[in-house]
Amino acid sequence: MIAEKTGLGKADSKLVMSFMWVTFISLLIGGLMGLLQTLVRTGNYTLPFGIGYYQILTVHGVILGLVLTTFFIIGFQFSLMAKTVGMTHKQRQWAWVSFWVMLTGTIASAIMILLGKASVLYTFYAPLKAHPIFYFGLTFVVVGSWIACFVNFHQLYQWKKKHQGEHSPLLAFMVVINMLMWFICTLGVAATVLIQFIPWSLGLVGEINILVSRTLFWYFGHPLVYFWLLPAYMAWYAILPKIIGGKIFSDSLARLAFILFLIFSIPVGFHHQLLEPGIDPMWKYIQVVLTFAVIIPSLLTAFSMFATFEITGRQKGYTGLFGWFRHLPWKDVRFFAPFMGMVAFIPAGAGGIINASNQMNQVVHNTIWVTGHFHLTLATTVILTFFGITYWLVPVLTGRKIDKKINTLGMTQTIVWLVGMFFMSGSMHLAGLLGAPRRSAFSDYQGSAQAAEWIGYQYGQAIGGSILFIGILIMLYNFFYMTFKAPKGVEEFPIAEAPDGSEPTPLVLENWKLWIGITVVLIAFAYTIPFVDIIQNSPPGSPPFEWPIGNG
Amino acid sequence: MHKAEKIWLTLSFGMIIGFMLITGYQAFAKDMGPPSYGERIDPQNVDETAPFDNPGVKQIGENEYEVIMTLQIFSFTPNKIEVPAGSTVHFTMTSKDVTHGFQVADTNINAMVMPGYISKITQTFDEPGEYLVLCNEYCGSGHQLMGTTITVK
Ligand code: HEM
Ligand SMILES: [Cu+2]
Ligand SMILES: [Cu+2]
Repeated sequence: MIAEKTGLGKADSKLVMSFMWVTFISLLIGGLMGLLQTLVRTGNYTLPFGIGYYQILTVHGVILGLVLTTFFIIGFQFSLMAKTVGMTHKQRQWAWVSFWVMLTGTIASAIMILLGKASVLYTFYAPLKAHPIFYFGLTFVVVGSWIACFVNFHQLYQWKKKHQGEHSPLLAFMVVINMLMWFICTLGVAATVLIQFIPWSLGLVGEINILVSRTLFWYFGHPLVYFWLLPAYMAWYAILPKIIGGKIFSDSLARLAFILFLIFSIPVGFHHQLLEPGIDPMWKYIQVVLTFAVIIPSLLTAFSMFATFEITGRQKGYTGLFGWFRHLPWKDVRFFAPFMGMVAFIPAGAGGIINASNQMNQVVHNTIWVTGHFHLTLATTVILTFFGITYWLVPVLTGRKIDKKINTLGMTQTIVWLVGMFFMSGSMHLAGLLGAPRRSAFSDYQGSAQAAEWIGYQYGQAIGGSILFIGILIMLYNFFYMTFKAPKGVEEFPIAEAPDGSEPTPLVLENWKLWIGITVVLIAFAYTIPFVDIIQNSPPGSPPFEWPIGNG
Repeated sequence: MHKAEKIWLTLSFGMIIGFMLITGYQAFAKDMGPPSYGERIDPQNVDETAPFDNPGVKQIGENEYEVIMTLQIFSFTPNKIEVPAGSTVHFTMTSKDVTHGFQVADTNINAMVMPGYISKITQTFDEPGEYLVLCNEYCGSGHQLMGTTITVK
C-alpha cells in the first residue's frame, strides 16, 4: 500500500492537501495584487473599477503574509506530525475543525476587504478603523490556529506516553516548539483585537489606546516572522540531508537552535517601534540586544547546513577544500529551491541586522527598503523552501511521482523567481536608501526633484514584479500538474536520520517546563516595566477614524 | 565539539557582542539613539494645547530654529518651511488624528508621530537645497499626497 511506504494515509493526505489548496489559491490572488502594486507605483497605470491602491495592498499583505503562510505551515506541520508521531481519528477531526475555522475567518475578512471596508493593511494600526467583521475574521484565523497547536501538542504527548524515556522525533519536537512560540505570541494579538479593537469598532467604547495596541501587535509581529522561518529550518535541518544522501549533522544542535528561537523570538517586538515616542529608550535598547541574540541560532543553522553538505560530500569521496560542493544534487529541485533560499538569507540576514541596529533603523524605517528586506526573507528564503517542500509533499499526498518534467519546470520556476526578486527587491533596497516610502501609492510629491530620482527604481520593481508573476503562474501549473497529472507512484517522504554513533541527545533539551519557564521569564523581563509605564502614562485615547480609508 | 564549530561560534558571538556594544555606545554616550521623547497630550484638544495652539517656525538662537508642527490627514502645519544653511532645527510634533510618520528624504530625520504623544527630533541642515518632507506611515487613502518641503537657503 502507498500509505505504508510513504507513511501518510489517505485521510491524512486529504487533510494536508486542503491546506495546500488554500495556500496556492492565496498565492495566485496575492501575487496578482503584488504585480498590480508594482505597476501602480510606476505612475503609468491606474487601477480599474475605482479599486484603491490600499485595498489591494491590504489584500496582498493579509493573504500572503497571514493566510498563505499560516495555511502552508499548519498543513506541512500536520504532515510532519502524522508521519513521525501519528495522528488519531479524533485528532484528525480536530485538525479539520481548525481548517474550517481558519477558512471561515479568512473569508469573512476577505469579504470586508473586497467591499472596501477594511483598507487598513495587514497591521491594522489604530485609530484607522475597519469594519468589525474584519477583526472577527482575524480572530477566527487565530483561534483556528490555536486548535492546530493543541492537536500538535496532544499528538506528541500521546507518543511520549507510549515511548517513555525516549526522545521525541526531531521533526515533531521542532513542530511543537514552533507552535508553542505561536501560541505564546498570538496571545498578544488576540488581546489587542478582543479587548481593544472589537469593542471599539462596535462602538461599545469610544476610544482606543494607540501605544498599547501597537505594543501588543509587535509582541506578536516579530515572532510571526520566526513562525514563518522555522518550518523552513525544519526542512533544512531534517529533510535536506536526506535529499542529498546524507545524515543530520547533529540532533542536539538542531534542538538547541530551536529552543533558542523559542526563548529569544518573542521579547524583541520593540525593534519595530524604535522610532515611536513614549517608549523608554533603555528598554528599546534592551530589546535590541535580545534581537541580536536571536541571530545566534541562525548562525548555528548556517554552520550545520554547510557541515552536512561537506560531510556528505567527503563520504561520497569528493576531496579538496571545496570539492565536496560539486556532489550536491544541483539538478534536483527538492534541493535546489531551498538551497537558493538559503543563499538569499545571507543578504537578507545582513539587511535584518541593519534594520535592528537601533539608531541605524532611522535610515530605513518605513522606507521601501524594508519591503525589499522581507521579500528576501519571507518571499524568497521561506517561500522558495516552501516550494521545494511542495515538490515532494504534494506527490506524496496525491500518490504520484515527481517526474522529469516537473523537476525541470521546478528548476525554471526557481530561477525565474530569483531573477524577478533580484530586480524587485534590489530596486526596493536602493530606492529605500534614497528615501522612497513603503506602503504608498504612486506620488510625484508635487514635482519634488528627490522623488523624481526614485522613478527608475519603481520601474525596476515593476520589471521584477512581472517576472515574479510569471514565476507564480509556473508554480501554479506545477501544483496542478502534481495534483492531477503526474504519473502515479510512490514518492518518498524524505526524513533524515541522525549519524551513527553520535552522542545521545541530552535529555535536558526536552525539559519543556524549563524552556517554557525561561521563555516566560524573559518576556516578563523585557516587557513588564515598559508596558506598565506605557499604561500608567497613557494619554487620552483616540476615537475611531473611518473616512480616511474611504469608508463611512 | 568540532574545532570549526568552536571557531564559528567564537566569531559569531564576537560579532554580535560588537554590534551590541557599538549600538549601545552610540545611543547612550553619543546621544544618537532613535527618537523616544515621552511627553503626552490630549489628541482631541491639540489646537487648544500649548505649544500646538500656535504652530510655526520660530528662531530661538543665532542659527537655531524651533518648528512646532501638527500633522493631520493629509498635511503638515506649517508647511513649506524655509531656514538658512547651517541652521539647527528642533522639530516638536504631534498628530491631530491618526498615526503619521515624519521623514525628510536624504537626511536621517525619521520619526513616528502618534496621536497622544509629542515627538521631537533635531537636525542641522548644512547643504542648501529643497528637501522633501513626507509622511511614511499609512494614514488613509491620500497618504501618498502627504508631503511638503524644507528649503535650505
Ligand atoms: C509576484 C510577486 C510579488 C510582488 C510583485 C510583490 C510586490 C509587493 C510590493 C510592490 C509591495 C509593497 C507595496 C507598498 O509598500 O506600497 C509588497 C508588500 C508586501 N508583500 Fe509582496 N510581492 C510579491 C510576492 C510576495 C510574497 C510571495 C509574499 C509573502 C509570502 C509577499 C508579502 C508581502 C507583504 C507581507 C507585504 C507588506 C504589505 C504591507 O506593507 O502592508 N509578497 N509586495
Ligand atoms: Cu522583527
Ligand atoms: Cu501618511
